[in-house]
Amino acid sequence: MNEWLDPLLLSRWQFGLTTMYHFIFVPLTIGMALTVAIFQTAWVRTDKAKYLQLTHFFGKIFLINVAMGVVTGIVQEFQFGMNWSDYSRFVGDVFGAPLAFEGIVAFFLEATFIGLWIFGWDKLPKKIHLGTIWMTVVGSIASAYFILAANAFMQNPIAYTINEEKGRAELTSIWELLTNPIALAAFPHTIFACFMVSAGLIISVAAWHLYRNQHLETMRPALKFGLWMMVIAGVLTTLAGDQLGLAMVDAQPMKMAAAEALYHTATGANASFSVFTLGTPDGVHELFSVRIPYLLSFLSTHTFDGTVEGINNLQAQYVTLYGPGDYTPTIWITYWAFRWMIGLGLAHMLVAVVGLWLTRGGRSPQRTWVWKIAILSFPMSLLAMSVGWVFTEMGRQPWLVFGLMRTADGVSPGVTGVEILISLIVFTLLYGILAVVEFKLILKAVQKGPDDAPVQDAESGAHQHAVTVY
Amino acid sequence: MDLTILWFWIIAFMFIGYFVLDGFDFGVGMSLPFLGRDDTDRRVLINTIGPVWDLNETWVIVAGASLFAAFPEWYATMFSGFYLPLLLILVALILRGVSFEYRHQRPESSWKKWFDGLIIVGSAVPAFLWGVAFANIVRGVKLNANHDYIGTLFDLLNPYALLGGITTLLLFFVHGVVFVSLKTEGDIRMRARKLATKAGIVTIVAAATFLAWTTLAYGTVASALLAALAAALLIASFLANLRGAERLAFALMAGTIGLVVLTLFASLFPDVMPASNDPANSLTIANASSSTYTLGVISWTALIGMPVILLYQGWTYWVFRKRIGRAHIDLAAH
Repeated sequence: MNEWLDPLLLSRWQFGLTTMYHFIFVPLTIGMALTVAIFQTAWVRTDKAKYLQLTHFFGKIFLINVAMGVVTGIVQEFQFGMNWSDYSRFVGDVFGAPLAFEGIVAFFLEATFIGLWIFGWDKLPKKIHLGTIWMTVVGSIASAYFILAANAFMQNPIAYTINEEKGRAELTSIWELLTNPIALAAFPHTIFACFMVSAGLIISVAAWHLYRNQHLETMRPALKFGLWMMVIAGVLTTLAGDQLGLAMVDAQPMKMAAAEALYHTATGANASFSVFTLGTPDGVHELFSVRIPYLLSFLSTHTFDGTVEGINNLQAQYVTLYGPGDYTPTIWITYWAFRWMIGLGLAHMLVAVVGLWLTRGGRSPQRTWVWKIAILSFPMSLLAMSVGWVFTEMGRQPWLVFGLMRTADGVSPGVTGVEILISLIVFTLLYGILAVVEFKLILKAVQKGPDDAPVQDAESGAHQHAVTVY
Repeated sequence: MDLTILWFWIIAFMFIGYFVLDGFDFGVGMSLPFLGRDDTDRRVLINTIGPVWDLNETWVIVAGASLFAAFPEWYATMFSGFYLPLLLILVALILRGVSFEYRHQRPESSWKKWFDGLIIVGSAVPAFLWGVAFANIVRGVKLNANHDYIGTLFDLLNPYALLGGITTLLLFFVHGVVFVSLKTEGDIRMRARKLATKAGIVTIVAAATFLAWTTLAYGTVASALLAALAAALLIASFLANLRGAERLAFALMAGTIGLVVLTLFASLFPDVMPASNDPANSLTIANASSSTYTLGVISWTALIGMPVILLYQGWTYWVFRKRIGRAHIDLAAH
């Protein structure tokens, strides 16, 4: 068969493409919902017009994203069955439950209350209307928990038993499944990273306006908010990431070895973390590197004399356990994705800290390049998030469910390569076009800046809300 | 009751929820070229579903996830077997969803026309294809011993399934038009009533034929009764609309759609996806379902969750209960 029509390869590309794309809108929805909720709360409590302006301004950017998040999310829900039917058959009994939870507990909440928030400005009392955006926040965060619990099963399968007769995994404890150590660590890591992405967006937008010396009364507080959000969320993401690293070493030692391209088991000072490596393309031979001794030992075990298992060692163990085969992920991808994730994350925490210092006490930096770097916050934070997911999912390969099912065994046997090629082309084109439209609309909304404060009623002092319509 | 059977009916309930709710969204979308004489009209139409289309659409996500959790084999076979039709449905739902949000972002009429077109197509395609899909499930498809679909795309386009597609398309169309008459005021409301009458006649013919075919070819006593009741409600809705009883007409349409779905599920029972080539390969409630433990877990979730969901979704509809007219659009900020 023509190798370009390999259903496995095409299905992997499609899942990767659609998931990465979907996950542009997920952090924006989660983080921006929280941001908007905070601004609106500030407005309800202080009655200051600038907070209302900020609510509407970031609310508009938020809404342009939400539609995309919702519709690309349906693709995710359908794709397990469409492209990975044997996977669905094998894990449905376990994996389906958190997805059903997600739908019943979280999605309905999010989808219903967001409608109430958008169209309810003139129909609901002020505080109830504020409640609707907070319910949206709760719904979006809860949905993240359930999907990460489902994903955690793929990284670290627990709470199941194999039913030989039916040839599938069956759930033994929902509580154990939902408190998977990987889920408990991945959840805060992902959520705080989502907040970093939206903080990045706020910083970029506010810096763009401040650099042009416009909308100062709203964009100054917005910048300050974004910078603080970035610093706080950044610290929490790092701490949670550290916990996730420990859980990962426990559950998937191969992933940590692949993250460091560590071929030989190392202890103590030898378990060093390379900041940068030049080597042969396969990563096996090193030509030049900058290394921090002990750091890998610390990241993996929280001690300086710990032992980190190497790829060669693990590969040999897995062959004994699971039979002949290659159990090593693509090393150059995991190695560099891991570094870019950490590097970009730390870089924009640094940007935020420096930004807070430069703008202290209402100062405004005069140098152009300072603002230009600040404007880059958003694309950088989004990239950090994306490579983080590339690392965690590519690092799981060749497994679909670690130790239980190989990716090659999960693909739909009945779907032909031609069909998947068609869908891959359709999604690529459709998502590509929508990305352009979406980007232009957001850019337009951002550049327009906040609207003037809504008219205040002369007698009551209340803000008059225009009727919202499509 | 056996949990597997309970979940068969919960899945039916989820799809009823989806088709009754997103059904009128599809109908409103398809009615744009018939009822929307100018941009203001079209905005009135779109705004009748503005606050609720998202929550309505969420029903299909929850139905899909519930199917995955309760009947993994059914989910896997159906979604991989209907690969290209589902791709079309996904593309349509994506285009429709973003169009609602994008349409009003720019004032140019060429921009709006683009998204009007996408809303119409994005509503009609799923309205038709969901009928084709479910009719094929009832009719039976070719499955191998691993329960993988082994037919072709053209096997799915048989006369019975196509009639099923036409039936859901028309049912959703009338459902949406009746919804418009219930949710708007002025001229457009009257035009919606008239259109519902005209389309109602065609719909009654199509639906009656489809229900009769279903009953004769695949029916049981129970499904025959449900089919008869569905037909009766459809005719009653038609009469209610003639008399201008909008609320009643809408409620009866919702009942009709619910009963049509129940007819199909009752015809399926106790199979979930019969194999037309060899009954031994059929997916049944028994061989497609999850373990008792998993079904128990999701039963509790659904039992506690669904009443709360119905409550706050009902509240949403109550908040947005007022009719919309051209005056509302002119008042709006953008």
